[in-house]
Amino acid sequence: MGVAAMLGTSIKRREDPRLITGQATYVDDIKLPGMLHMAVLRSPYGHARINSINTDAARQYPGVVAVYTAQDLKGVVGNIPIAAPLPGPISEGLGRRGPLAEGKVRFYGDPVAVVIADDRYTARDARDLIEVDYEPLPAVVDVEKAMQPGALLLYEEFGTNVTMAIHPPTEDIDKAFAQTLADGGIVVKQRIVNQRLAPNAMETRGVVAEYRKVDKTLTVWSSSQIPHFLRNFLAEQLGLPQHQVRVIIPEVGGGFGSKLNIYPEEALASFAAVKTGHPIKWIEDRSENLAATIHGRDQIDYIEVAATREGKVTGLKVHVVSDLGAYLQFFTDVIAIAFTLPMVSGCYDIPAIYTSCDTVLTNKTPTDAYRGAGRPEAAHLIERAMDLVAKELGKDPAEVRKINFVRPDQFPHKMATGAVYDSGNYAGALEKALQNIGYENLRAEQAQKRAEGKLMGIGFSSYVEICGFGPKGTIPQGLYESARMRVEQSGTVMVYSGSSPHGQGEETTFAQIVSSEFGIPIDNVLIIHGDTDSTPEGRGTYGSRTTAVGGPAIYQAAQRLKEKMRQIAAHLLEANVSDVTLEDGKLSVTGAPQKSVSFNEVAAAANTSNALPTSIEPGLETTVFWEPEACTFPFGTHICVVEVDKDTGEAEITRYVAVDECGRQLNPLLVEGQIHGGITQCIGQAMVEGVIYSEDGQLLTGTLTDYALPLAHELPSFELDHTVTPTPVNPLGAKGVGEAGTIASSAAVANAIADALGVAHVDMPFTSERLWKIIHQA
Amino acid sequence: MTMKQAITVTVNGQQHRSEVEPRMLLVHYLRDVLDLTGTHIGCDTSQCGACTVLLNGESVKSCTVLAVQADGCEVTTIEGLAPEGGLHPLQEGFWEKHGLQCGFCTPGMIMASYALLKNNPNPTEAEIRKGLEGNICRCTGYQNIVRAVQYAAERMQTTAAEPIGTGGE
Repeated sequence: MGVAAMLGTSIKRREDPRLITGQATYVDDIKLPGMLHMAVLRSPYGHARINSINTDAARQYPGVVAVYTAQDLKGVVGNIPIAAPLPGPISEGLGRRGPLAEGKVRFYGDPVAVVIADDRYTARDARDLIEVDYEPLPAVVDVEKAMQPGALLLYEEFGTNVTMAIHPPTEDIDKAFAQTLADGGIVVKQRIVNQRLAPNAMETRGVVAEYRKVDKTLTVWSSSQIPHFLRNFLAEQLGLPQHQVRVIIPEVGGGFGSKLNIYPEEALASFAAVKTGHPIKWIEDRSENLAATIHGRDQIDYIEVAATREGKVTGLKVHVVSDLGAYLQFFTDVIAIAFTLPMVSGCYDIPAIYTSCDTVLTNKTPTDAYRGAGRPEAAHLIERAMDLVAKELGKDPAEVRKINFVRPDQFPHKMATGAVYDSGNYAGALEKALQNIGYENLRAEQAQKRAEGKLMGIGFSSYVEICGFGPKGTIPQGLYESARMRVEQSGTVMVYSGSSPHGQGEETTFAQIVSSEFGIPIDNVLIIHGDTDSTPEGRGTYGSRTTAVGGPAIYQAAQRLKEKMRQIAAHLLEANVSDVTLEDGKLSVTGAPQKSVSFNEVAAAANTSNALPTSIEPGLETTVFWEPEACTFPFGTHICVVEVDKDTGEAEITRYVAVDECGRQLNPLLVEGQIHGGITQCIGQAMVEGVIYSEDGQLLTGTLTDYALPLAHELPSFELDHTVTPTPVNPLGAKGVGEAGTIASSAAVANAIADALGVAHVDMPFTSERLWKIIHQA
Repeated sequence: MTMKQAITVTVNGQQHRSEVEPRMLLVHYLRDVLDLTGTHIGCDTSQCGACTVLLNGESVKSCTVLAVQADGCEVTTIEGLAPEGGLHPLQEGFWEKHGLQCGFCTPGMIMASYALLKNNPNPTEAEIRKGLEGNICRCTGYQNIVRAVQYAAERMQTTAAEPIGTGGE
């Protein structure tokens, strides 16, 4: 492209040519000389003691190089890392584990041993020959049972399965509720299940590890979202200095938070690479992925809402029971506490809010961040709450929302949860959505259909979320982002980013920022990310932060280099710096446009130095570490229309309208893609998904035959619209949009289903079996 | 270890003679023996369609075909869809319409779309969605995939080029 690609334009992605031709390199595409293959033996039990492990037959199998158990790792490989361990039993070790199970297995899929062999088929053959003498134990899979005193314990030595119990005094909220009732208001209560999900990125996890003995350097390719976290924590785990570990992220086939994590297999493959002297490859099967990659959500949320007869919510009480699974992974312990509790207020000006939380271990796969990470649970519960209030009072749910929204003139607004929302226009988004869907006609259509005996439902979700992580103090390691920008002699701009996009398209968006700031053709801009050797210390891609935090780092780097280029141009043009402007790839003197020099000429001068005075350092390169001072608060309204078949219980989403506010859109085409994908994942939760365990801890949804994912013919085309209010938090005005769709949609569908069936509440997923039972019970 | 079997497979117009274990999956043969890593593995129960290729012109899930079953057959993978340096209208469509994000399901999705359009050159949106029910995408929500296929369908009314090895058998 010969012209600068301006921000705000929907240009197609530069990532695509390699992806659409099958030329991209994902981790399983990496082949190194002498590479061996790793297979992992996993626990078939939800809870069991390991009495002994016999690896003799496996070791002797032709083609097998080594077999390792926890014994081999003792003192050599440390525990799986936790990013932000909370005080209390967690800091004392509750929920911690090494890379392989020792003495006990605590979930179906818990890794017990690894086989290293010549090829992947041999590794699996040999794996079958390992004999483990298990003593099965009863499992605890009901989180509410797991938290009771006297419950079966995962860690006997800690005497509890509860990692955190937050129960502040209730006097204030009790008073608020009592007052509301005394004034003739109402209280509605509901238990809401936000079910356990498997993220299911289409590419499962995988690692290739190579150790070079001569300089003791370990190179790890991993399908991961976090190159620098992985390098730092893996180095610590292996007892290597950071500079001896290089992480390279190849093409990653989706993450959604499931790869925002550090897993046993990364340390195991690295350990095997060091011990055998060979590169080691491990690629996860889908059935392994469903058992051994983190699960998402899994909360039981108890809500109590107090409201006046007019529909004004006066108080909200939320108790969250968070099922962590058997172990703590990277952010397991903080998801509910840090991301659900502060956001239960939603878009509403609720004067009194009380939150309490229990986070509990069970004999299941560890849970952790999955697209939305705690905020979908909050949005779901508060949006259900608003509909419960509306139903109780016989009011239109849109009206109840309008009555309760924080108004534009009330920002910045400190919510009763303590969260400070910087800006918003919730009523504006709702109005637009109502307009776009033709609300009055829709209700008329519903009345008509109901008269015909059809079950049609309309559901709202007016959501707000927190993203763009994040400011100082969010986590101990900081959530800044980095960019090193180098303008080469030729005028090419190389950008090395600490971000790690894996489908979101920032190779294109970042190039648009640079192209736009300098006014140079986008083809002259290269974006490099994912290699810890070439990129500055970074924090990776998740939490809707890549454009909102990674972008400003690049923007600021461009500003610094622009300033230097103006100085150099001023020297070349013998003008005052203050008179020199950079526009459209040209640096010229204001008022004397014939006195100009091109971007490329300045780039050449900067790098060759003879043209420069001694007062200007040669080179045109800078590194920026950018840290936001606050998170951003995207919001919007989604409206879902469903029709439920009375005879089969099957629900169909007939229309889906979304109005989203994500600040300035740098590439609207990519924004749209994020919303489509986010909505779909959330519809998946609402309609078909759910991890199911048997009472003894067997994973019943162990393959895609049993774990349903949303398919093309089950979805409508979404009708998208936007409001645009740039955020003041970063110079790009972008809020982040990767997770918004996943935060909004489940409540929109849930509210539509409850509306269709004329009931107060239905738990997800809305399978035909579940809905049929409700219909035919009535 | 089982006796290996000799097979002859033509992939993207090129003939290969190999010795494989009878249990070797076609997808592993393509990826690990022939180094054609464009075809991906997304599951282990034939659900996801990431491994979709053409076998004698018809779409198959190569994770559920044994390499020995492809003996004497013609296989087309994503690498063989368009001539060197060019793009098939489907590939163009996916690019133009942002029909991919992480790209992992994309080769299989494109090959399945190719078969869909071969059998139904002018599909409705519903027919496209139904026709791709065997391919799972976790990123796009399918909407732009539909648009990509519609784009390609329109372009293919005028284009005539056939990818290597679709044979017409």
